[in-house]
Amino acid sequence: MRVDFDDVTVRLGGRDVVQHASLTIEPGTVVGLVGPNGSGKSSLLRTLYRAVRPRRGSVRVDGQDVLRLSGRQAARAVAVMLQDAPTDFDLNVEETVLLGRAPHHTAFGRDTPTDLDVVADVMRRTGVTDLADRMVATLSGGQRQRVLLARALAQQSPVLVLDEPSNHLDISHQHELMTTVRSLGRTVIAALHDLNLATRYCDRVVVLDAGRIFAAGPPARVLTPELIRTTFDVDVRVHGDVDEPVFAFRPLPAAAGPTVDGAADTRTESRIPT
Amino acid sequence: MTSRSLTHPAHPAGSSPGPLTPGHLRRRLVRRTWLLCAALGIAACVLVVVSGAVGSVAVSPAQAAQLVVGHLLPGMPWMSDGSLTPLQDQAVWQFRLPRALLAGLAGAGLALAGALMQVTVRNPLAEPYILGVSSGASVGAVLVIVFGSATLGGLSLNAAAFGGALGACVCVALLARKDGALSPTRMILAGVALGTLFSAVTSYLTISTSAQNVVSVLFFLLGSVSAATMSSLVGPAIALLVAGVTALLLARSLNALMTGDESAVSLGVDATRLRGVLLVVASLLTGTVVSVAGGIGFVGLVVPHVARIAVGADHRRMLPVAVLGGAAFLMAADLLARTVAAPTEIPLGILTAFVGAPFFLWLMRRGGAERAGFGR
Repeated sequence: MRVDFDDVTVRLGGRDVVQHASLTIEPGTVVGLVGPNGSGKSSLLRTLYRAVRPRRGSVRVDGQDVLRLSGRQAARAVAVMLQDAPTDFDLNVEETVLLGRAPHHTAFGRDTPTDLDVVADVMRRTGVTDLADRMVATLSGGQRQRVLLARALAQQSPVLVLDEPSNHLDISHQHELMTTVRSLGRTVIAALHDLNLATRYCDRVVVLDAGRIFAAGPPARVLTPELIRTTFDVDVRVHGDVDEPVFAFRPLPAAAGPTVDGAADTRTESRIPT
Repeated sequence: MTSRSLTHPAHPAGSSPGPLTPGHLRRRLVRRTWLLCAALGIAACVLVVVSGAVGSVAVSPAQAAQLVVGHLLPGMPWMSDGSLTPLQDQAVWQFRLPRALLAGLAGAGLALAGALMQVTVRNPLAEPYILGVSSGASVGAVLVIVFGSATLGGLSLNAAAFGGALGACVCVALLARKDGALSPTRMILAGVALGTLFSAVTSYLTISTSAQNVVSVLFFLLGSVSAATMSSLVGPAIALLVAGVTALLLARSLNALMTGDESAVSLGVDATRLRGVLLVVASLLTGTVVSVAGGIGFVGLVVPHVARIAVGADHRRMLPVAVLGGAAFLMAADLLARTVAAPTEIPLGILTAFVGAPFFLWLMRRGGAERAGFGR
């Protein structure tokens, strides 16, 4: 399914955290949202799964405004892998993944054989089958993230949203997660911090800075050392080849001490999109 | 991600003590739910009969059972052959039975309201009175006790208590609203603050009235079902039925709400609206129970936790167990309340705490309590 953000502005706590963001995501593509903390990645994603209402503009899935859909319709179209979930009242892993089937049911009812098949399948894909009877609260951060991915996959939605999906995962599981997500053939929008992950697994990256879309396109073309330096305030060295660059980061010399003088000025100037 | 699951290899060499097949635990809990519901249902029926047989007028359990069946089904021979005296009939049908049934309804209602409140504010410390329901009801009841029904325009104690309960809820809900949504933290804080305010009013009225009234006030505050009549059962029964059906229909959504508002929204559940519905249902249920049975404590806080320890937090299993468990527990407690120190009667709230607290603490310390979220 195609996803359109049309001139979306989100206001939170009296500040426009996303401003006039327009973006189209083609069906079946994997798109990475990158940008420094507070750039509006999560807020933009939240308009897609209806956790916030945009102040202006609209978000459409397959041409339909998400706010016009019923809750269950929306949850069948868009699934979200959240960063974490509270466990004050805890479910076990299998029950948590079964929650992903909720949008496919109307009221009280038994879990159908289809539900159980889907759940068994996504648990296998995400490698949490052996954790089935564990309580979620007793899992490590990385294990929990894989359970939350399984829950999102169990929704069987054509669109999958990942909000910083890999922040608790070890390096090999980060790559496994992105490989799994790519193999689904669904439309995927992921907020990512790791630019190397974004470069390797995304068809397109979208760079947000201070609530605005700053650049968008194929990773190798968009994520230039110049752009990384201005947007993320880090020094970067590029290894690997042109189509699949690997970045190595270092703090900018200016960030180390109070002697800012000319450096700050150059950075502000180069923020202007070229 | 099957290929390399580092933490859990697909074929453990040392055969860990883990489950043989996935879903093993869930199936076991489902089975346990059915067994528990059956056992608790039977226990409740037995308690009705035993309650009918215990008291100053001698009635055997068999006679008590005959009387109950005879009143429900027409044409039973033992109702007209003179084997049961009118005194026995009156003791069982007019006093003991309504009392046992009210205890059952109150226990079920408070347990259900407690379970709903806990998920509404997503806090294990929540209970039916968290929004000041019981302190509001107390103000109403104490006003009637102190000033007399006649001074207040013929307002009955039950009606005044119900009014006070609803008034408190409405105040708390209005105070906790912000941008059209109810914030759990604000609900708890507003409930605690208003509850304290109402308690101060109750305390002042109690201390400035005659000694005879003080006993009545204390009986209401601690809760009692001794004044039960068949007609006093109607309100709680309807409220329990409506709330029970609503809660079971919403069970999946309740599970979703348990995992957080944003998570619930992503599963297609409107968290704000659901919270509003739950608040109304739980408050009406609590208000109805409190207005006839007073402020019976502890049941609404602890029975839901016991149910979670027994069958897990999934509301489709936990709610039926909590409702039946609450009913059986309070019926047993009331039986004790009127027998242990007979002919003196102990307020129900004292017994629920005295019996329930040690039992709960034992359960909490035992293994397996992590299913209720006590694992950390």
